[in-house]
Amino acid sequence: MGVLDQHKKIETNATLLLALSFVVVTVGGIVEIAPLFYLENTIEDVEGMRPYSPLELAGREIYVREGCYVCHSQMIRPMRDEVERYGHYSLAAESQYDHPFQWGSKRTGPDLARVGGRYSDEWHYDHLLDPQAVVPESIMPSYAFLADRELTGERIGDLMGTHAFVGVPYTEEMLEMASADFIEQATDFGDPGVVDRYPGAQQRDFDGNPAVTEMDALIAYLQMLGTLVDFSTFTPDESR
Amino acid sequence: MTDQNNPSNLQPDDPDTTGHTWDGIQEFNNPLPRWWLWCFYLTIIWGVAYTVLYPAWPGISGATAGILGYSTRAEVSEEIERFDALNADLRTQLTEVELASVNREDSPELYNFALQAGSATFANWCSQCHGAGAAGVQAAGYPNLLDDDWLWGGTLEEIQATIAHGIRNEEDPDTRWSEMTAFEGILSDEEISHVVNHVLSISGQEADATLASAGDGVFLDNCAACHGDAGMGDRFLGAPNLTDAIWLYGGSAEAIEETVRHSRFGVMPGWSGRLSEAEVNATALYVHSLGGGE
Repeated sequence: MGVLDQHKKIETNATLLLALSFVVVTVGGIVEIAPLFYLENTIEDVEGMRPYSPLELAGREIYVREGCYVCHSQMIRPMRDEVERYGHYSLAAESQYDHPFQWGSKRTGPDLARVGGRYSDEWHYDHLLDPQAVVPESIMPSYAFLADRELTGERIGDLMGTHAFVGVPYTEEMLEMASADFIEQATDFGDPGVVDRYPGAQQRDFDGNPAVTEMDALIAYLQMLGTLVDFSTFTPDESR
Repeated sequence: MTDQNNPSNLQPDDPDTTGHTWDGIQEFNNPLPRWWLWCFYLTIIWGVAYTVLYPAWPGISGATAGILGYSTRAEVSEEIERFDALNADLRTQLTEVELASVNREDSPELYNFALQAGSATFANWCSQCHGAGAAGVQAAGYPNLLDDDWLWGGTLEEIQATIAHGIRNEEDPDTRWSEMTAFEGILSDEEISHVVNHVLSISGQEADATLASAGDGVFLDNCAACHGDAGMGDRFLGAPNLTDAIWLYGGSAEAIEETVRHSRFGVMPGWSGRLSEAEVNATALYVHSLGGGE
């Protein structure tokens, strides 16, 4: 019996079969997954990326809760048609603070990776209230209830703490000021702290209602998407 | 017991058996078909060759680049450059030519390119507010671009300027800017009802004649500076014509009163930063061609 005929031993011994299968899967896993954790070029350093501000993070939670990712991707692929339509292709660094990421796998609606600044707050408000009022051919459901649900931002610090626990670099100061920053970003009483802590954060009343609502949070999140990295100064490393 | 379970039942030209016997059942040791086996070996060779040609094996600080030097990023930028180069000539022409001189008869190629490019740009960047068919959303403040009623002017140059700089766009000093005053608190409730009736009457709607004539003076004092004595509007100020049946926020008495009390105006981003000059010009030509161009 040659070496190639020895498979009978494995096939007739369930424990050995299990052990060797495990070895094969482990090797595959080590080769495919492990390098992503130590290779320097997995996530390139990109200027401008910062952890989400408390209000944006709350908006992101609403985005996840309402299942926006089911119809909207946040991943512009490196293809000409996508780049022409949506803008620069997405970088890994742009979702480095996403837990979990929102790349999505289905585009019933358009990609939202760079929707920030593309429309006015009023448009977003009108559109979330009644999507067909501004885009008649849309099949998106209404999210009008967001405008009525007030947020206090009381527990946003805890949520940020959880994100910090899994590696998002929130500082002590950010965690401490979380609730205050949450309210300040959506009301804009003129405290520069939010922008100091979260460069590029947009600070205003997003939904035209002085109370802080889920609508404010979601619009703040949408208006931030894709705007943090300045692509006029970014040179892509083509070896990726 | 049937015949086939009996080892002695093997025919002389049967292949060898594997030697296993389960409950008296034996198994022929048929080799795999050759073509299948060779395909299998080929996939192994293909797999190895692929990892040599394309980026594959992880190392300490990076992965092997592959001898073909393939990269998705390089590929997409090359593809974009290739298409840019194909259109470069037409794009340059679009930025240099006087827009009004581009038409189907004299420059069919450029005109056609501009309309196609403008239509694609419009679908991507403008249709969300102005509608896929450019009819806007009446009564919600998103203007219709198909008619000949223009807030800021409907010539090619005026449309081009609006697209490039936007309306009430705080990021651009060249933007079009005007804000209607909210008259609640400035005018009394009585005066507001007078002026609403005045506007109803000049726009040919049913109005209370007494109230309307009482509103003449209020209109002249407060509204005429922008909307004109006759309410015909002023494109220099973006003040809408109030005498026609086209309303941006509704022409009912209630809607007009709301506008007088709290004032309403929309915003439009400036596109000169996001779109190239050629794209802005192409979009201007496209919008101008929709029917209302002057």
